Amino acid sequence: MAVPILKQGPYLIASVQSALTDTDLLELRTALVALVGRYRSRGVIVDVTALDVMDSFASRTLRDMAHMIRLRGAETVIVGIQPEVAFTMVQLGLTLAGVATALDLEEGLAFLGHGSRKPGPDAAAPGA
Amino acid sequence: MNRRPARSTAAARAHSRPPRPRPRRATVSDEMHIPIAGSQDIVTARQYGRALALELGFSNSNLTLIATIISELTRNILNYAHHGTIVLGVLERDGRRGIAVEARDRGPGIPDVARALEIGYSTSGSLGLGLPGVRRLMDEFEIVSRAGHGTTVRARKWAS
Amino acid sequence: MKVGRESANLTAVPLESTASLLSELVSHLRQLRTQLREEWARRITEAKLLTAMTKEEVFAEATTVYDNYVEVLETGTFEALQAYARNLSERIIPRGVQTDEVVGSVLLLRDVLARSLFARYRSDFDKLNRILDAYEPAANRIAITVAVGFVEERERKIRQQEEAIRELSTPVLQVRERLLILPIIGVIDPQRARQLTEQLLRGIRTNRARVVVIDITGVAAMDSTVANHLVLTVEASRLLGATVIVTGLSPEIAQTLVNIGVDLAKMNTVGDLQGGIEEAERLLGDRAHLGVKSDLPV
Repeated sequence: MAVPILKQGPYLIASVQSALTDTDLLELRTALVALVGRYRSRGVIVDVTALDVMDSFASRTLRDMAHMIRLRGAETVIVGIQPEVAFTMVQLGLTLAGVATALDLEEGLAFLGHGSRKPGPDAAAPGA
Repeated sequence: MNRRPARSTAAARAHSRPPRPRPRRATVSDEMHIPIAGSQDIVTARQYGRALALELGFSNSNLTLIATIISELTRNILNYAHHGTIVLGVLERDGRRGIAVEARDRGPGIPDVARALEIGYSTSGSLGLGLPGVRRLMDEFEIVSRAGHGTTVRARKWAS
Repeated sequence: MKVGRESANLTAVPLESTASLLSELVSHLRQLRTQLREEWARRITEAKLLTAMTKEEVFAEATTVYDNYVEVLETGTFEALQAYARNLSERIIPRGVQTDEVVGSVLLLRDVLARSLFARYRSDFDKLNRILDAYEPAANRIAITVAVGFVEERERKIRQQEEAIRELSTPVLQVRERLLILPIIGVIDPQRARQLTEQLLRGIRTNRARVVVIDITGVAAMDSTVANHLVLTVEASRLLGATVIVTGLSPEIAQTLVNIGVDLAKMNTVGDLQGGIEEAERLLGDRAHLGVKSDLPV
């Protein structure tokens, strides 16, 4: 599989490489949905730091992915969108509406409730 | 104040060959034709586009922009015509340089071009045509499409 | 070109090549280097040019220009002169030297040198003509090179300053961890808007901000292009994991946003900057709000 997926406790982390083809993206979606089921993961982080372009297909596929993963009881966070990519996306009307986003892996984990720096009551992961 | 005797042409000629201060690049517009037949070609087309834009001196955000619109145009070719060509070219005018992107196919054509260009910001992402977005982001944009004959989209951006 | 004398023909005139004329010119200029430089510097002062520089500085620069001048006449290449013109401009522009002073001074040198030629060759009119034929095109080209070098450097400086002013006038402030404030004052044109967005997005990444307060109290009006740009900036910030709170929205700007189709109820707006910061603190204190989901319909 083109995209490496790591399991970190209750979470799955996928790091996308650049030059991702349509097929790679669809395979990633299938793989993540299956793995969330198999491991009963609570959250999925998709790190797109290396993606130099996010077009309508990528945007749509990520949204579909988040939907499907939510149906399996887990939350998806997209992290690592580059500033230039972000701005181009919104100019083209690709806003990833309905999908959680965070700055990077650390922020993504914090969002999912794994954050170790702030002590305090554990926020229930949405959709768990 | 200064008296001006007539010049001899030989003397004038001898001094009118000052060396050029900067070497100038040839104004050759090379075109790059990229055949589009499968989704792998989307990546190819946008990588070439990005490389060319980089050479032409576009800013970082514009590199991403150009790569993205090439991706969209290529995707349209695949979605609606299954195969076609992306042509990348260099523009030069008054010392400014730019990139010309052309997406050609002989597919079914777009029956209602005006409507395709009308689609609002919010939904263009999911509908995938992306043309309104491309038009908004590029400096020049034109589309020719005839039902049954195919579509050609031309978009240009200047690096100024 | 033929060199030499046609014998027994009284109307024949010895023809020097341009090269030999120039080399004669060059030796003349070298010979009179001291007087001509002094005369030039004196005429510059008389004409009240380059007043921002001291007499010593003027003479020092005059010397370099003079020597460059002679070198151009000798070698026919302009690179050294161009480099010097740029270098000189870089140094004197910050001191307030104006274009007319630079052009005027260079033209004075041209005059001083021409007069010296008249003086030397006054008994041989034909020779004078030929020397001037060789001298004038070069002298003109030199004047142009220096003037253009100066003007280009000035333009470059002005562009730099404009850029710096634009950057200064839109500071992205980190007030505390995870919170950025972007106060905007004055007129925003599309170019400034674009720069603002770039600075903000970079700032979000560098400062790892989770909340940004954009305060537009100081902005009177916005056309729909810029208003749309603001909306895009909010959305792009969201993609980087930051929530944006817009404060100081005037009724006019609110109307513009509504006109371009923004549902203000869905946009995070607060009346004033203080209120915006308080809201930001609330968001940051509440873990459930880490990371952002978009509710914006756009």
